[in-house]
Amino acid sequence: MSAAAAGTSKAAHGPDVASKKRKGPGALATAYLVIYNVVMTAGWLVIAVGLARAYLARGSYHGLYYSIEKPLKFFQTGAILEILHCAVGIVPSSVVLTGFQVMSRVFLTWAVTHSVREVQSEDSVLLFVTAWTVTEIIRYSFYTFSLLNHLPYLIKWARYTFFFVLYPMGVTGELLTIYAALPFVQKTGLYSVTLPNKYNFSFDYYTFLILVMFSYIPLFPQLYFHMIRQRKKVLGQVEDYSKVE
Amino acid sequence: MDALALEASGKKLPNGSSITALPPTTPAKRKPAKKAKKAVVFFEVEILDAKTKDKLCFLDKVEPNATIGEIKSMFHKSHPQFYPARQSIRLDPKGKSLKDEDVLQHLPVGTTATFYFRDLGAQISWVTVFLTEYTGPLVIYLLFYFRVPFIYAPKYDFTTSKHWVVHLACMCHSFHYVKRLLETLFVHRFSHGTMPLRNIFKNCSYYWGFAAWMAYYINHPLYTPPSEFTNIQFILVTLEFFNFCQIGNLSIHIALRNLRPPGSKTRKIPYPTKNPFTWIFVLVSCPNYTYELGSWLGFTLMTQCLPVAFFTLVGFIQMTVWAKGKHRSYLKEFRDYPPLRSPILPFVL
Repeated sequence: MSAAAAGTSKAAHGPDVASKKRKGPGALATAYLVIYNVVMTAGWLVIAVGLARAYLARGSYHGLYYSIEKPLKFFQTGAILEILHCAVGIVPSSVVLTGFQVMSRVFLTWAVTHSVREVQSEDSVLLFVTAWTVTEIIRYSFYTFSLLNHLPYLIKWARYTFFFVLYPMGVTGELLTIYAALPFVQKTGLYSVTLPNKYNFSFDYYTFLILVMFSYIPLFPQLYFHMIRQRKKVLGQVEDYSKVE
Repeated sequence: MDALALEASGKKLPNGSSITALPPTTPAKRKPAKKAKKAVVFFEVEILDAKTKDKLCFLDKVEPNATIGEIKSMFHKSHPQFYPARQSIRLDPKGKSLKDEDVLQHLPVGTTATFYFRDLGAQISWVTVFLTEYTGPLVIYLLFYFRVPFIYAPKYDFTTSKHWVVHLACMCHSFHYVKRLLETLFVHRFSHGTMPLRNIFKNCSYYWGFAAWMAYYINHPLYTPPSEFTNIQFILVTLEFFNFCQIGNLSIHIALRNLRPPGSKTRKIPYPTKNPFTWIFVLVSCPNYTYELGSWLGFTLMTQCLPVAFFTLVGFIQMTVWAKGKHRSYLKEFRDYPPLRSPILPFVL
């Protein structure tokens, strides 16, 4: 009782069964990325030091934004390169996800804080700038050490633990800043276009900012729980190994 | 389905008909209605969950020429929540889905076949999705056109625009979606019966959202029609271009339909026919998308409305992605595929 004519049947898989191997960054790309991440770590350290020095000089934490305004704009905007890194393939992250994260930072830096002068003296700005600074110093040093294959556990632990406080802190600062900007945007009609015009288009930046604030409600928990899951995966492994021994 | 087993169990076939005391023949198989049966090697089929590898179902005495579609019906009996449309049956947990038409004995399996099952999630028919997503824009645009209350300032309720291009735009937009609805009902022959349920929310948001956004501005009391420079002649040219592309799009849909006999899922290379609108097949794989782009470009120029331009752009990007995919599968499937063709724009894209 032999089986059916397997010999005449085509293979169930097509010719493209061979899995596409992910190309890791070559030596040149790795060198470039190390330099990039070192520069970014240094940049955010400059911002951190700038904040500390300004605080000590003034004796209060109000209005510290002005002391780090330029390096903040420079280094936060520079992060746009990271979208390119993903697009080109030297960093194995999603272009869409990275793009979204970077552009939301850039949006807050330029379209809110820079554009609405009146919020620059708000304390909420210091709140998110501090959160960003600590996060980025840890994140970029994490990448630097990872690329050099010498990642100290402390940095890995910090990256996947500090976010518990820094994420909510940053989100609070961002939301309060946008909220503070609202009355000025409405009064001046900033970035808004009204009818009639020859493009038959209108845009109300005030309403847009309100929608942005609401978008935090679904988005923030998703990102937060994603980090928690990542933490279990990354830090959980080490605990398992130590248990085995 | 093993007709004998069905008859013995007294159950109905998936299509609702039940087996009466007929000789064991079905349209797909040609078994002689002899009393004396030939020795037939029956297969055993076990179905495992692709993720957990749990044994979900065991079927014995399966006809060698049973199709995957029939096996799906059998699996549906033991697992009523997994109707056949949401079953993905494969030889390998991570492999490609087998087709409903695949015949058991032609697959690389022994007499005991092991298949892996993945749940595709709740499914909805393509026809339902198309009808819903196209009816929305038709109705929504008209709500704005007639300026029903709560959209514009109360003094404009139920007024009509004084610009004749606005009336023209309404006719074009409405015609376009009526055409799409009729094509869904009478022209298109779908390869797949169903798509995941969540698609209807995604698709309707896209079509309904954009329709509302465009209609709001075109029918706005403060709408600015094309200036004196771009006068009546210009509007009529855009209208002609729009109509040209609508007819072109319909011609392509009909040509594609005619490639496929009713009820089948065959795929053939489309070629130009006697209809001049199909001659574009010489240069393009998916001219239906080319014509669609043309229609919306015409509509954009006619209305001079930035949201319409955005809609055209987003649609163009999506159609280009689809056209490139279709072009690639044509190239993979047909060795003799005409090399001169581009996916969507002649020589360019």
